[in-house]
Amino acid sequence: MTQPVAEEIQLQVEEIHLSFGGLKVLAGVSTSVKKGEIFSIIGPNGAGKTSLLNCINRFYTPDRGKIIFEGQNILKLKPHQLAALGIARTFQNVELFKHMTVVDNIKLGHHVHLRSGFLSGGIYYGKTRREEMALRKEIEERIVDFLEIEQIRKSVVHTLPFGLQKRVELARALAMKPKILLLDEPATGMNLEETEDIARFILDINEEWGVTIILIEHDMGVVMDISDRVCVLDFGVKIAEGEPAEVRQNEQVIKAYLGQVDLTYSRLGA
Amino acid sequence: MRCGDFKENYIDDEEIFPSPFTKFWLALFLIFLIAFPFMANAHLLYIANMIGFAVIGAVGLNLLTGFTGQISLGHAAFIGVGAYTSAILVTRYGISFWLSIPLSGLVSALAGMVIGIPSLRVKGLYLCIATLAAQFIFGFTFVHWESMTKGITGIHIPPPAVGSFQFDTEKSFYWITLLFVILGVGYARNLVRSKMGRAFVAIRDRDLAAEIMGINLFRYKLSAFAISSFYAGVAGALWVSFLKVVTPEHFPFILCIQYLAMVIVGGLGSVIGSIFGAVFMTLIPEILNVLSDMVKSYAPGMAKMIIPFKQVVFGSMIVGFLIFEPRGLAEIWSRIKKFFTLWPFSY
Repeated sequence: MTQPVAEEIQLQVEEIHLSFGGLKVLAGVSTSVKKGEIFSIIGPNGAGKTSLLNCINRFYTPDRGKIIFEGQNILKLKPHQLAALGIARTFQNVELFKHMTVVDNIKLGHHVHLRSGFLSGGIYYGKTRREEMALRKEIEERIVDFLEIEQIRKSVVHTLPFGLQKRVELARALAMKPKILLLDEPATGMNLEETEDIARFILDINEEWGVTIILIEHDMGVVMDISDRVCVLDFGVKIAEGEPAEVRQNEQVIKAYLGQVDLTYSRLGA
Repeated sequence: MRCGDFKENYIDDEEIFPSPFTKFWLALFLIFLIAFPFMANAHLLYIANMIGFAVIGAVGLNLLTGFTGQISLGHAAFIGVGAYTSAILVTRYGISFWLSIPLSGLVSALAGMVIGIPSLRVKGLYLCIATLAAQFIFGFTFVHWESMTKGITGIHIPPPAVGSFQFDTEKSFYWITLLFVILGVGYARNLVRSKMGRAFVAIRDRDLAAEIMGINLFRYKLSAFAISSFYAGVAGALWVSFLKVVTPEHFPFILCIQYLAMVIVGGLGSVIGSIFGAVFMTLIPEILNVLSDMVKSYAPGMAKMIIPFKQVVFGSMIVGFLIFEPRGLAEIWSRIKKFFTLWPFSY
């Protein structure tokens, strides 16, 4: 919707099966995300959206299937190796380092790009000092300024309200210099104004930084407005995928969200 | 006119000692530390040395427990490994004291890494028990590996020397202790504001998110164990060189608890807190000794009661700290500093 999207596929999910004991969470989900697009995953609660992100993140190991990121099967990697590939993420319930300041949290996002070791770090002179200063400058001038969090940069994270914590988490993810950014309900618990801010940030990140975005969101206004494509999950199965306008018209989607069409009408008394 | 402490570039903002004011007080404190041996008597210097060893050990434990969040009940064992390594290297292999210090740190770090392996799988109380094993394994080894450690008779260690000058008094050893304390504290303070220190805190606060940031949990947890044990090893080696003798009784289980208490009373996750904690835990028993001697001279009949009472007072002070200042002496310190930043015109 926003800019011409390249046709190059960046992330490909092939036939992912995931189950916990007898519970099938994902039953053969396949989809693909193109480079530079905003790809939304929607679906009712318990549809397996977050589980799918957790698979991409390697928190969960699927029973079967493949996840290919830029030609590499990432199911062979460990979670901590994904950061270096350029996969960043935010969480539904904010997973920040609560006792650190905002700036330190953002600095941690840059972890994999720093070179100093335990010796040079402990001496903190020359290379390490220059590296830390360059990092601070980049954080302040690119990220803090962009996300408008200047006034809280020295605050300890757990003292901040939820809306700001979500923004700090986004900042930390950006510090990872990601190629693809997984956002798990970034607008949850926000008022209208904050939601608009977040939507604006997501669009800017996508356009100015050229980051592919995978978005899970329950706010249909946000999803339908900013997504290039939408994928709908229900009970671990993909029931629809396409441009927002198509998906909105899809009967199966309406059924998943509202129940049977005639049932809905009968409930409404029509 | 500038009214307040404003920063104009990032270098200033990342300084450890941010203002000329703090630098001034630090310099004054350093002058005091240098002048101290010329003013104090042997007993005070003995206590000062003890505080120094405790500071090195406590900073090490705080890096592991306070910053990385891995509780360790094996710290006394690592101190013992360092102490015995130094003693054996110096007496048996004729290696100089100066070389034996880093070597004992390294051996201790190796022991710490082995004991730290379970930390990838177990957390909290379970890790406590796993590290407790170190205490018993090494404690047993110190006593029973007689060919190396000479068992309960212990090893006598010659004092360190430079040329013909021997560091065999409290006063001369003070300089060695001071040097290592400054190195150890400076290293720790820098480490916690660089890549590795931040990764430690990230693991403590939220290991799940730390992994997403690309932090290899296993590697960093083991590093924390290694660095912490290195400190313990150095502290142990210095301590027994100062005492000129090492026996297994120097490293009882209670020593682990004392170090944990230093770190907790001082403030978890704070380098300066470990210093406060070490000073507190070493100095308070001495002060209580002096006080009880005074009471004894006034009321000789109470002597029997006073000795156990010292323990009661000491214990209640620790409990008091946990209740009224759970974040430790470091928190009191930061409150004092905050008060004086705008003093006398705070509003």
